[in-house]
Amino acid sequence: MTTTARRSKWTRYAIEVRLLRILKPICIVGLTLVALFPFYYMILLSMRDISQVIQDPGSILIGLDELSVDAYESVLKPVEDGGEGFVTFLVNSALLATGTVIVTLAVSILGAYAVARLEFFGRRQVGFLFLSVYLFPPILLAIPLFVAFTRMGLRGELFVLVIVYVAQTLPVCVYMLRNYFESVPVSLEEAAEVDGASRMTILRRVSLPLAVPAIAATGLFVFMIAWNEFLFALLFLAEERDNWTVSLGVAQLQDIETPATTLMAGSVILTLPIIIAFLFAERLMTEGLTRGAEKG
Amino acid sequence: MAAPVEVPVPSPRAEHGRGGGDLRAKRDARAGLALVSPTVIVVLVMVVLPVLWALVLSFQEIRLIDLQSFSLGGDYSLANYERLFSSTGFFAALRNTLAYSILGTAGAIGFGLLAALLVRGSFRGRGIVRGIFLLPWVAPVVAVTFVWQVLLSPQLGVVNAIGTDVLGWDAPIPFLTQREGTITVFGVSLGVPTALLTVIVFEWWRSFPFAFLFILARLQAVPGDIEEAARVDGATPTQVFWHIILPQLAGVIALLAVLRFIFTFNAFDEIYLLTGGGAGTEVLATQVYSLLTARADIGAAAAVAMFMAAVLAVFLFVYFRFFGGKEQM
Repeated sequence: MTTTARRSKWTRYAIEVRLLRILKPICIVGLTLVALFPFYYMILLSMRDISQVIQDPGSILIGLDELSVDAYESVLKPVEDGGEGFVTFLVNSALLATGTVIVTLAVSILGAYAVARLEFFGRRQVGFLFLSVYLFPPILLAIPLFVAFTRMGLRGELFVLVIVYVAQTLPVCVYMLRNYFESVPVSLEEAAEVDGASRMTILRRVSLPLAVPAIAATGLFVFMIAWNEFLFALLFLAEERDNWTVSLGVAQLQDIETPATTLMAGSVILTLPIIIAFLFAERLMTEGLTRGAEKG
Repeated sequence: MAAPVEVPVPSPRAEHGRGGGDLRAKRDARAGLALVSPTVIVVLVMVVLPVLWALVLSFQEIRLIDLQSFSLGGDYSLANYERLFSSTGFFAALRNTLAYSILGTAGAIGFGLLAALLVRGSFRGRGIVRGIFLLPWVAPVVAVTFVWQVLLSPQLGVVNAIGTDVLGWDAPIPFLTQREGTITVFGVSLGVPTALLTVIVFEWWRSFPFAFLFILARLQAVPGDIEEAARVDGATPTQVFWHIILPQLAGVIALLAVLRFIFTFNAFDEIYLLTGGGAGTEVLATQVYSLLTARADIGAAAAVAMFMAAVLAVFLFVYFRFFGGKEQM
C-alpha cells in the first residue's frame, strides 16, 4: 500500500517535472513573441512601401533591398513641403513632458520629504487625499477642467496641459520618492542637525544628493507619463494643430488620408524615446513602484 | 527651488536639553506643513475642486453654448440623471464597461502571474525577457493601439492575411468593426461580440506587464525554505504552486485586482483609439467624451462621470469592508 502510494506520487512528480521542463521554455518564447511582435511589426511597416503592404499583407520577413526610410522623411517634413510636420509635434511633446517633469519634481521632492521624515498634523490624511486622484475617472476631472479652461480661453495652450499633468503625476511621485527618502539612514541627517543645519539645508545637502538616482528615475517616469498621455491632449489641443503632441498627431491623422506606413513611422518616433528612457531607469523605476508589494 | 520656510536655527545644545524634544517637534510640524503644502494645493485645486464642480454640473442643464452665462446659482434638477437612467445606450455602455473591466482585469492578472512564474528561476537572457515583457505597458497607448489596428485590419493586416491564406478562413474578420460574429464549434453556431472581445484581448496584452511586475516583486520576497521543505517531502510542482506559492501571492493579487479594476473601469484611451466606441464597444468613459464634445451636453456628461465615480466608491467600500484596509497608499 505504502509502496504503491509512493510510486504513484513519484510518477506524478516525474511527469510534472518533465512536462514543465518542456512547457516552460515554450511558454517563455511564446509570451516573448506575443509581447514583442507588435513592435517588430511597427518597425517593419514603417520601412515598407504602402503599395507592397496592400499587395502582400502576410509577409512578415522582407529583404533588405525592400526597406526604405521614405515614410520617416514624409512624416517629419513640414506641412508646407507636403509632409506631416512631426518635428513640431516632437518639440511640443518634449516641451510638455520636460515642463511637467521639472514642476512635478520640484513640488514632489518637498512633499515626499515631509511625508517621509516629518511628523506634522495631517500627515496620515495626505496619503488619502492623494489616493483620490487615482480613484476618480480622469474623464470626470476632464469635464470641469475642459469647461474652466474653455471659459478662460486658455484651452489650447501647452502650459495649461503642464498644470494638468503635474496634478496627475504628483501623487505617484510623492509615493515613489517617499520610499527613497525613507531608505536614507536617519543617522546621517541627525549628524547634520547636530552641526546646526536647518531642515532645508539637510534636505538640500544630505538627503537630496543621496536620492539623486531615485529622483532621476522618478523624473523619467513622469516624462514617460506626460509623453504618452492622450485624453487631456485630445480634449485640450485637438483644434490647434500647431500645438499637437506626437501622440495626438498619430491619432488625429488616422482619420485623414495618410498612408498607414507614414503613421507607422510616426509611431516609431513616438515610441523610441520612451523605450530609451525606460532602458535607462528600468530597475529603479520598477523597484520604486512595487516597493509596497514586497511586504505582501 | 525657493525655500518656503525660514526656520530659525536654535543652538543644537539647547535642543537636547529639557523640553528640546517639544521644540523640535513643533519645528518639524511647521516645516512639514510648509513642505507638503504645494503638493496639497495642486491636488486640491486640480482634483478635489473639479470633482466638486462636476457634481454641481451634473445637476444643471448646461450646454457648452451656455457657458458665457454660466453661474453657480442656476437651476438644479435631477433631469440629467433621469434622462440617463431611461436611456438604453447608458445601460449598454454600463454592461460593456463591466465586461471590459472584469474580463480585462482577470486576464491581465492571469497572464501576469504566468509571466512572473516563468521568469522566476534564473536562465540565460532572463533580464532581457523581463524587459520585453514590460514593453506593452511602457509604450505609448496611441502607438500600440495603432499597430493593433493595422495588425487586425481586414485589408492590410497580417492576422487576416495568415487567417485566410494559411488557416483557411472564408473571409477576413473585421475584428474591430464587427459588432457580432458567429463561430461554429462542432456544428453549433455561437454569436460572439467580436469587437468587444478584441478590445478585451488587447487589454490583456497591454496590462499583463503591470500584474507581472507586482507579482514578480512579491515572488522574489517569498522565502525559499518552505518550498524546499515541501519539495523534499515529495510535493509536485503544481502542489507547491497551489499550496505554498499561491497563498502567499493572495495579498498582491487582491491589490492588483482592485487597481486593475479601477483603471479598466475608467479606461478611455484604449477603446476610443481602437474602435472609437463603435461596434458594440461603447463604455461609460467614451460615452462621457461624446456627450461632452459631439453633443456639447455638459450636464449629461457630468452625470455619467459622477455615476462612474459612485460605482467605484461602492466597489472600494465593499472591498475594504470585507478584505480590510491592509494596503497602504
